[in-house]
Amino acid sequence: MYAFEYHRPSSIDEAVALITSDDIQFLSGGQTLIPTLKQRLAMPDALVDLGGIEALRGIRREGDHVIIGAGTRHAEVAASDTVAGAIPALAHLASQIGDAQVRNRGTIGGSVANADPSADYPAAVIGLGATVRTNRREIAGDDYFQDLFTTALEPGELITEIAFPIPEVAAYAKFAQAASGYAIAGVMVARMPGGAVRVGVTGAAPYALRATALEVALAADFSPAAAKAVTISADGLNSDLHATPAYRAALVSVLAARAVAACGG
Amino acid sequence: MSIALSMTVNGQHVTGTVEPRTLLVEFLRETLRLTGTHVGCDTSQCGACVVLLDGCSVKSCATLAVQCQGASVTTIEGLANGATLHPMQQAFNDHHGLQCGFCTPGMVMSAVDLVRHTPDPSDADIRKGLEGNLCRCTGYQNIVRAVQAGARAMHTSGGG
Repeated sequence: MYAFEYHRPSSIDEAVALITSDDIQFLSGGQTLIPTLKQRLAMPDALVDLGGIEALRGIRREGDHVIIGAGTRHAEVAASDTVAGAIPALAHLASQIGDAQVRNRGTIGGSVANADPSADYPAAVIGLGATVRTNRREIAGDDYFQDLFTTALEPGELITEIAFPIPEVAAYAKFAQAASGYAIAGVMVARMPGGAVRVGVTGAAPYALRATALEVALAADFSPAAAKAVTISADGLNSDLHATPAYRAALVSVLAARAVAACGG
Repeated sequence: MSIALSMTVNGQHVTGTVEPRTLLVEFLRETLRLTGTHVGCDTSQCGACVVLLDGCSVKSCATLAVQCQGASVTTIEGLANGATLHPMQQAFNDHHGLQCGFCTPGMVMSAVDLVRHTPDPSDADIRKGLEGNLCRCTGYQNIVRAVQAGARAMHTSGGG
Protein backbone atom coordinates (compact mmCIF):
# COMPACT_ATOMS: atom_id res chain seq x y z
CA MET A 1 0.00 0.00 0.00
CA TYR A 2 1.01 3.61 -0.39
CA ALA A 3 2.68 5.37 2.51
CA PHE A 4 0.57 7.53 4.82
CA GLU A 5 0.89 9.39 8.09
CA TYR A 6 -0.76 8.00 11.20
CA HIS A 7 -2.39 9.62 14.21
CA ARG A 8 -3.85 7.93 17.26
CA PRO A 9 -5.88 10.50 19.22
CA SER A 10 -7.46 9.68 22.57
CA SER A 11 -10.51 11.93 22.35
CA ILE A 12 -13.29 12.62 19.84
CA ASP A 13 -12.42 16.34 19.69
CA GLU A 14 -8.79 15.58 19.00
CA ALA A 15 -9.74 13.07 16.27
CA VAL A 16 -12.05 15.48 14.49
CA ALA A 17 -9.46 18.28 14.66
CA LEU A 18 -6.99 16.05 12.82
CA ILE A 19 -9.25 15.86 9.75
CA THR A 20 -7.88 18.92 7.99
CA SER A 21 -8.40 17.77 4.39
CA ASP A 22 -10.43 15.35 2.28
CA ASP A 23 -7.33 13.17 2.01
CA ILE A 24 -7.26 12.36 5.72
CA GLN A 25 -9.51 9.49 6.78
CA PHE A 26 -10.74 7.93 10.00
CA LEU A 27 -9.64 4.34 10.67
CA SER A 28 -11.89 2.23 12.88
CA GLY A 29 -11.65 -1.59 12.76
CA GLY A 30 -10.05 -1.40 9.33
CA GLN A 31 -11.63 -4.58 7.96
CA THR A 32 -12.72 -2.78 4.81
CA LEU A 33 -10.27 0.11 4.77
CA ILE A 34 -7.03 -1.85 5.20
CA PRO A 35 -7.79 -4.34 2.38
CA THR A 36 -8.80 -1.32 0.26
CA LEU A 37 -5.44 0.34 0.97
CA LYS A 38 -3.62 -2.90 0.17
CA GLN A 39 -5.30 -2.96 -3.24
CA ARG A 40 -4.31 0.69 -3.72
CA LEU A 41 -7.94 1.57 -4.26
CA ALA A 42 -7.50 4.43 -1.79
CA MET A 43 -4.46 6.54 -1.00
CA PRO A 44 -5.14 8.82 1.95
CA ASP A 45 -2.40 11.20 3.13
CA ALA A 46 -3.05 10.19 6.72
CA LEU A 47 -5.21 7.94 8.87
CA VAL A 48 -6.72 8.99 12.17
CA ASP A 49 -7.01 5.78 14.20
CA LEU A 50 -10.12 5.83 16.40
CA GLY A 51 -9.00 2.72 18.31
CA GLY A 52 -7.63 4.67 21.26
CA ILE A 53 -10.85 6.59 22.00
CA GLU A 54 -12.60 4.95 24.95
CA ALA A 55 -15.61 7.27 24.59
CA LEU A 56 -16.55 5.50 21.35
CA ARG A 57 -16.82 2.07 23.00
CA GLY A 58 -19.61 0.41 24.86
CA ILE A 59 -23.21 -0.71 24.87
CA ARG A 60 -25.92 0.58 27.18
CA ARG A 61 -29.67 0.63 27.52
CA GLU A 62 -31.40 3.97 27.94
CA GLY A 63 -35.14 3.59 28.44
CA ASP A 64 -36.60 2.21 25.24
CA HIS A 65 -33.32 2.38 23.30
CA VAL A 66 -30.11 0.41 23.06
CA ILE A 67 -27.15 2.73 22.45
CA ILE A 68 -24.05 1.26 20.83
CA GLY A 69 -20.79 3.20 20.67
CA ALA A 70 -19.39 3.56 17.16
CA GLY A 71 -16.15 1.79 18.08
CA THR A 72 -17.92 -1.30 19.42
CA ARG A 73 -16.83 -4.43 17.61
CA HIS A 74 -19.28 -6.80 15.90
CA ALA A 75 -18.27 -9.64 18.24
CA GLU A 76 -19.07 -7.44 21.25
CA VAL A 77 -22.56 -6.66 19.90
CA ALA A 78 -23.12 -10.35 19.12
CA ALA A 79 -22.11 -11.38 22.66
CA SER A 80 -23.77 -8.52 24.55
CA ASP A 81 -26.36 -9.50 27.16
CA THR A 82 -27.84 -6.01 26.89
CA VAL A 83 -28.37 -6.39 23.15
CA ALA A 84 -29.54 -10.00 23.42
CA GLY A 85 -32.04 -9.04 26.10
CA ALA A 86 -33.53 -6.03 24.32
CA ILE A 87 -33.02 -6.66 20.58
CA PRO A 88 -31.95 -10.28 20.02
CA ALA A 89 -32.32 -9.74 16.26
CA LEU A 90 -29.50 -7.19 16.40
CA ALA A 91 -27.18 -9.57 18.27
CA HIS A 92 -28.02 -12.25 15.70
CA LEU A 93 -27.31 -9.87 12.83
CA ALA A 94 -23.92 -8.98 14.31
CA SER A 95 -23.06 -12.68 14.67
CA GLN A 96 -23.66 -13.14 10.92
CA ILE A 97 -21.24 -10.45 9.70
CA GLY A 98 -18.20 -11.63 7.73
CA ASP A 99 -16.23 -14.21 9.69
CA ALA A 100 -15.02 -14.51 13.29
CA GLN A 101 -11.83 -12.53 12.63
CA VAL A 102 -13.69 -9.70 10.91
CA ARG A 103 -16.14 -9.60 13.83
CA ASN A 104 -13.25 -9.35 16.29
CA ARG A 105 -11.95 -6.18 14.59
CA GLY A 106 -14.78 -4.55 12.62
CA THR A 107 -16.92 -1.90 14.29
CA ILE A 108 -20.52 -0.80 13.93
CA GLY A 109 -19.50 2.81 13.30
CA GLY A 110 -17.06 1.79 10.61
CA SER A 111 -19.66 -0.34 8.87
CA VAL A 112 -22.36 2.33 8.99
CA ALA A 113 -19.96 5.08 7.89
CA ASN A 114 -18.72 2.96 4.97
CA ALA A 115 -22.30 2.20 3.83
CA ASP A 116 -21.40 -0.81 1.74
CA PRO A 117 -24.57 -1.72 -0.15
CA SER A 118 -24.23 -5.35 1.00
CA ALA A 119 -23.32 -4.74 4.65
CA ASP A 120 -25.63 -6.07 7.36
CA TYR A 121 -25.88 -3.22 9.89
CA PRO A 122 -27.60 -0.82 7.46
CA ALA A 123 -30.62 -3.18 7.43
CA ALA A 124 -30.85 -2.75 11.21
CA VAL A 125 -30.41 1.02 11.10
CA ILE A 126 -33.31 1.24 8.62
CA GLY A 127 -35.41 -1.66 9.90
CA LEU A 128 -35.36 -0.55 13.53
CA GLY A 129 -35.52 3.17 12.73
CA ALA A 130 -32.23 3.91 14.49
CA THR A 131 -30.67 7.32 14.97
CA VAL A 132 -27.07 7.92 13.93
CA ARG A 133 -25.43 10.26 16.43
CA THR A 134 -22.35 12.20 15.35
CA ASN A 135 -20.04 14.74 16.90
CA ARG A 136 -22.31 17.41 15.37
CA ARG A 137 -25.92 16.18 15.31
CA GLU A 138 -28.41 13.35 15.23
CA ILE A 139 -29.34 11.87 11.85
CA ALA A 140 -32.52 9.81 11.43
CA GLY A 141 -31.73 6.40 9.97
CA ASP A 142 -34.26 7.00 7.18
CA ASP A 143 -32.26 10.05 6.02
CA TYR A 144 -28.80 8.60 6.54
CA PHE A 145 -28.10 6.28 3.57
CA GLN A 146 -28.16 8.24 0.32
CA ASP A 147 -26.45 6.21 -2.39
CA LEU A 148 -23.74 3.63 -3.04
CA PHE A 149 -21.16 4.19 -0.26
CA THR A 150 -22.75 7.61 0.24
CA THR A 151 -24.28 8.84 3.47
CA ALA A 152 -25.52 12.05 5.05
CA LEU A 153 -22.17 12.41 6.85
CA GLU A 154 -20.30 15.60 6.00
CA PRO A 155 -16.52 15.75 5.58
CA GLY A 156 -14.89 15.37 8.98
CA GLU A 157 -18.12 14.32 10.69
CA LEU A 158 -17.67 11.34 13.03
CA ILE A 159 -20.29 8.83 14.11
CA THR A 160 -20.10 8.60 17.90
CA GLU A 161 -22.93 6.16 18.62
CA ILE A 162 -26.07 4.64 17.19
CA ALA A 163 -29.36 4.55 19.09
CA PHE A 164 -31.67 1.62 18.28
CA PRO A 165 -35.31 1.77 19.45
CA ILE A 166 -36.30 -1.49 21.13
CA PRO A 167 -38.94 -3.26 19.04
CA GLU A 168 -41.73 -5.46 20.30
CA VAL A 169 -40.30 -8.17 18.09
CA ALA A 170 -37.79 -8.22 15.24
CA ALA A 171 -35.74 -10.62 13.13
CA TYR A 172 -33.08 -10.42 10.44
CA ALA A 173 -32.84 -12.87 7.56
CA LYS A 174 -30.16 -12.74 4.92
CA PHE A 175 -29.05 -14.65 1.87
CA ALA A 176 -25.28 -14.51 2.20
CA GLN A 177 -22.73 -14.65 -0.57
CA ALA A 178 -21.00 -17.90 0.30
CA ALA A 179 -17.39 -16.71 0.14
CA SER A 180 -17.63 -13.25 1.68
CA GLY A 181 -20.68 -13.52 3.92
CA TYR A 182 -21.97 -10.24 2.52
CA ALA A 183 -25.72 -10.01 2.00
CA ILE A 184 -26.89 -10.65 -1.56
CA ALA A 185 -30.04 -9.48 0.15
CA GLY A 186 -30.81 -9.04 3.84
CA VAL A 187 -34.07 -8.02 5.49
CA MET A 188 -34.74 -6.75 9.01
CA VAL A 189 -38.41 -6.90 9.96
CA ALA A 190 -39.49 -5.16 13.16
CA ARG A 191 -42.85 -4.64 14.82
CA MET A 192 -42.52 -1.64 17.06
CA PRO A 193 -44.50 -0.94 20.25
CA GLY A 194 -47.84 0.40 19.04
CA GLY A 195 -47.90 -1.99 16.10
CA ALA A 196 -46.06 -0.10 13.36
CA VAL A 197 -44.05 -2.45 11.14
CA ARG A 198 -40.70 -1.47 9.66
CA VAL A 199 -38.80 -3.40 6.99
CA GLY A 200 -35.17 -2.52 6.28
CA VAL A 201 -33.48 -4.03 3.24
CA THR A 202 -29.76 -4.25 2.50
CA GLY A 203 -27.89 -5.83 -0.40
CA ALA A 204 -30.70 -5.46 -2.90
CA ALA A 205 -30.34 -1.78 -3.86
CA PRO A 206 -27.39 0.66 -4.04
CA TYR A 207 -28.12 1.62 -0.44
CA ALA A 208 -30.22 0.29 2.42
CA LEU A 209 -33.83 1.37 2.30
CA ARG A 210 -37.32 0.68 3.63
CA ALA A 211 -39.58 -1.71 1.77
CA THR A 212 -42.82 0.20 2.22
CA ALA A 213 -44.97 -2.30 0.29
CA LEU A 214 -43.90 -4.98 2.77
CA GLU A 215 -44.51 -2.66 5.71
CA VAL A 216 -48.10 -2.00 4.56
CA ALA A 217 -48.81 -5.68 3.97
CA LEU A 218 -47.32 -6.75 7.31
CA ALA A 219 -49.09 -4.01 9.25
CA ALA A 220 -52.38 -5.52 8.02
CA ASP A 221 -51.33 -9.15 8.47
CA PHE A 222 -48.05 -9.96 10.25
CA SER A 223 -47.56 -13.36 8.65
CA PRO A 224 -44.98 -15.02 6.40
CA ALA A 225 -47.66 -15.56 3.76
CA ALA A 226 -48.47 -11.85 3.68
CA ALA A 227 -44.79 -11.03 3.15
CA LYS A 228 -44.35 -13.62 0.43
CA ALA A 229 -47.39 -12.31 -1.43
CA VAL A 230 -45.77 -8.89 -1.91
CA THR A 231 -44.12 -8.40 -5.30
CA ILE A 232 -41.06 -6.19 -5.10
CA SER A 233 -40.13 -4.20 -8.19
CA ALA A 234 -36.73 -5.06 -9.64
CA ASP A 235 -36.29 -1.51 -10.95
CA GLY A 236 -33.04 0.00 -9.72
CA LEU A 237 -31.93 -3.10 -7.82
CA ASN A 238 -28.32 -4.27 -7.93
CA SER A 239 -27.01 -6.51 -10.65
CA ASP A 240 -23.72 -8.37 -10.33
CA LEU A 241 -22.22 -11.81 -10.87
CA HIS A 242 -24.07 -13.12 -7.82
CA ALA A 243 -27.65 -12.16 -8.66
CA THR A 244 -29.87 -10.31 -11.14
CA PRO A 245 -32.23 -7.52 -10.04
CA ALA A 246 -35.22 -9.86 -10.49
CA TYR A 247 -33.59 -12.50 -8.29
CA ARG A 248 -32.87 -9.93 -5.60
CA ALA A 249 -36.46 -8.64 -5.79
CA ALA A 250 -37.75 -12.18 -5.22
CA LEU A 251 -35.28 -12.67 -2.36
CA VAL A 252 -36.56 -9.61 -0.51
CA SER A 253 -40.08 -11.04 -0.18
CA VAL A 254 -38.80 -14.49 0.70
CA LEU A 255 -36.37 -13.16 3.32
CA ALA A 256 -39.06 -10.90 4.78
CA ALA A 257 -41.27 -13.97 5.12
CA ARG A 258 -38.44 -15.85 6.85
CA ALA A 259 -37.86 -12.93 9.19
CA VAL A 260 -41.56 -12.76 10.08
CA ALA A 261 -41.54 -16.50 10.73
CA ALA A 262 -38.51 -16.02 12.99
CA CYS A 263 -40.50 -13.35 14.86
CA GLY A 264 -43.09 -16.01 15.58
CA GLY A 265 -45.58 -14.15 13.32
CA MET B 1 7.08 8.69 9.01
CA SER B 2 8.35 5.92 11.29
CA ILE B 3 6.89 4.95 14.62
CA ALA B 4 8.51 3.21 17.59
CA LEU B 5 6.49 0.13 18.38
CA SER B 6 6.36 -1.91 21.55
CA MET B 7 4.26 -4.99 22.17
CA THR B 8 4.31 -8.44 23.71
CA VAL B 9 4.66 -11.34 21.29
CA ASN B 10 4.42 -14.89 22.59
CA GLY B 11 5.11 -13.61 26.07
CA GLN B 12 8.27 -11.71 25.10
CA HIS B 13 8.48 -7.92 25.13
CA VAL B 14 9.48 -6.76 21.65
CA THR B 15 10.20 -3.39 20.11
CA GLY B 16 10.75 -2.15 16.60
CA THR B 17 10.41 0.79 14.29
CA VAL B 18 7.72 0.57 11.63
CA GLU B 19 6.05 2.69 9.02
CA PRO B 20 2.32 3.32 9.55
CA ARG B 21 1.59 1.11 6.52
CA THR B 22 3.44 -1.89 7.99
CA LEU B 23 0.93 -4.69 8.50
CA LEU B 24 1.04 -6.72 11.70
CA VAL B 25 1.90 -9.79 9.64
CA GLU B 26 4.84 -7.97 8.04
CA PHE B 27 6.13 -6.95 11.45
CA LEU B 28 5.83 -10.53 12.71
CA ARG B 29 7.42 -12.16 9.67
CA GLU B 30 9.98 -9.63 8.49
CA THR B 31 11.05 -7.84 11.66
CA LEU B 32 10.63 -10.60 14.24
CA ARG B 33 11.27 -13.44 11.73
CA LEU B 34 8.27 -15.35 13.08
CA THR B 35 7.44 -16.93 9.75
CA GLY B 36 4.90 -19.43 11.04
CA THR B 37 2.21 -16.83 10.36
CA HIS B 38 1.52 -17.14 6.63
CA VAL B 39 0.23 -14.85 3.91
CA GLY B 40 -1.92 -16.80 1.48
CA CYS B 41 -3.78 -14.04 -0.32
CA ASP B 42 -3.74 -10.34 -1.05
CA THR B 43 -7.37 -9.68 -0.17
CA SER B 44 -7.68 -10.59 3.54
CA GLN B 45 -9.90 -13.55 2.74
CA CYS B 46 -7.79 -16.67 3.31
CA GLY B 47 -7.07 -16.59 7.07
CA ALA B 48 -3.57 -18.10 6.87
CA CYS B 49 -2.34 -15.06 8.82
CA VAL B 50 -4.65 -15.42 11.83
CA VAL B 51 -3.04 -14.63 15.19
CA LEU B 52 -4.45 -13.86 18.62
CA LEU B 53 -4.48 -10.16 19.45
CA ASP B 54 -5.21 -9.63 23.14
CA GLY B 55 -6.71 -13.13 23.09
CA CYS B 56 -9.01 -12.67 20.06
CA SER B 57 -8.33 -14.17 16.63
CA VAL B 58 -7.66 -11.51 14.00
CA LYS B 59 -6.26 -11.39 10.49
CA SER B 60 -2.78 -9.96 10.90
CA CYS B 61 -2.88 -8.90 7.23
CA ALA B 62 -5.88 -6.66 7.92
CA THR B 63 -4.35 -5.03 10.99
CA LEU B 64 -1.68 -2.35 11.01
CA ALA B 65 1.26 -3.02 13.31
CA VAL B 66 0.80 0.46 14.81
CA GLN B 67 -2.74 -0.48 15.85
CA CYS B 68 -1.18 -3.10 18.13
CA GLN B 69 0.90 -0.66 20.19
CA GLY B 70 1.10 -2.11 23.71
CA ALA B 71 -0.94 -5.17 22.79
CA SER B 72 -0.28 -8.85 23.40
CA VAL B 73 0.04 -11.07 20.32
CA THR B 74 0.18 -14.85 20.18
CA THR B 75 1.36 -16.53 16.99
CA ILE B 76 1.53 -20.22 16.09
CA GLU B 77 5.09 -20.23 17.48
CA GLY B 78 3.71 -19.28 20.89
CA LEU B 79 1.33 -22.20 21.33
CA ALA B 80 3.64 -25.14 21.99
CA ASN B 81 5.17 -25.67 25.39
CA GLY B 82 8.78 -26.45 24.50
CA ALA B 83 8.76 -29.71 22.55
CA THR B 84 5.17 -30.47 23.59
CA LEU B 85 2.65 -29.37 21.00
CA HIS B 86 -0.46 -27.46 22.05
CA PRO B 87 -3.44 -29.89 22.20
CA MET B 88 -4.92 -28.28 19.09
CA GLN B 89 -1.66 -28.68 17.15
CA GLN B 90 -1.41 -32.29 18.31
CA ALA B 91 -5.01 -32.92 17.22
CA PHE B 92 -4.26 -31.61 13.70
CA ASN B 93 -1.30 -33.99 13.62
CA ASP B 94 -3.27 -36.96 14.98
CA HIS B 95 -6.29 -36.49 12.70
CA HIS B 96 -4.44 -35.58 9.52
CA GLY B 97 -6.02 -32.12 9.56
CA LEU B 98 -3.64 -30.87 6.89
CA GLN B 99 -2.02 -31.81 3.64
CA CYS B 100 0.29 -29.06 2.42
CA GLY B 101 0.05 -27.28 5.78
CA PHE B 102 0.07 -23.74 4.44
CA CYS B 103 -3.28 -22.77 5.95
CA THR B 104 -2.69 -24.73 9.16
CA PRO B 105 -1.25 -21.98 11.39
CA GLY B 106 -4.33 -19.85 10.76
CA MET B 107 -6.66 -22.82 11.16
CA VAL B 108 -5.11 -23.70 14.51
CA MET B 109 -5.22 -20.12 15.82
CA SER B 110 -8.86 -19.71 14.76
CA ALA B 111 -9.70 -23.08 16.33
CA VAL B 112 -8.08 -22.09 19.63
CA ASP B 113 -10.18 -18.90 19.69
CA LEU B 114 -13.31 -20.86 18.73
CA VAL B 115 -12.88 -23.25 21.66
CA ARG B 116 -12.47 -20.30 24.02
CA HIS B 117 -16.04 -19.20 23.14
CA THR B 118 -17.51 -22.63 22.41
CA PRO B 119 -15.85 -25.25 24.63
CA ASP B 120 -17.70 -28.18 23.08
CA PRO B 121 -18.26 -27.19 19.44
CA SER B 122 -20.53 -29.13 17.11
CA ASP B 123 -19.59 -29.76 13.48
CA ALA B 124 -21.71 -26.75 12.52
CA ASP B 125 -20.03 -24.56 15.16
CA ILE B 126 -16.62 -25.54 13.81
CA ARG B 127 -17.53 -24.90 10.19
CA LYS B 128 -18.97 -21.51 11.12
CA GLY B 129 -16.00 -20.76 13.37
CA LEU B 130 -13.59 -21.51 10.51
CA GLU B 131 -15.48 -19.48 7.90
CA GLY B 132 -12.55 -17.09 7.71
CA ASN B 133 -9.99 -19.81 6.96
CA LEU B 134 -9.60 -21.33 3.52
CA CYS B 135 -7.92 -24.68 2.80
CA ARG B 136 -7.18 -25.74 -0.75
CA CYS B 137 -6.28 -29.38 0.01
CA THR B 138 -8.32 -31.21 2.55
CA GLY B 139 -12.00 -30.66 1.94
CA TYR B 140 -12.21 -29.70 5.62
CA GLN B 141 -13.48 -33.07 6.91
CA ASN B 142 -10.32 -33.88 8.82
CA ILE B 143 -9.92 -30.29 9.96
CA VAL B 144 -13.35 -30.44 11.58
CA ARG B 145 -12.45 -33.76 13.22
CA ALA B 146 -9.15 -32.34 14.41
CA VAL B 147 -10.78 -29.28 15.96
CA GLN B 148 -13.33 -31.43 17.75
CA ALA B 149 -10.57 -33.64 19.16
CA GLY B 150 -8.44 -30.58 19.95
CA ALA B 151 -11.32 -29.01 21.87
CA ARG B 152 -11.70 -32.15 24.00
CA ALA B 153 -7.97 -32.34 24.56
CA MET B 154 -7.85 -28.67 25.61
CA HIS B 155 -10.35 -29.42 28.41
CA THR B 156 -8.37 -32.46 29.52
CA SER B 157 -5.08 -30.63 29.53
CA GLY B 158 -6.57 -27.43 30.92
CA GLY B 159 -4.74 -25.69 28.08
CA GLY B 160 -6.15 -22.70 26.34
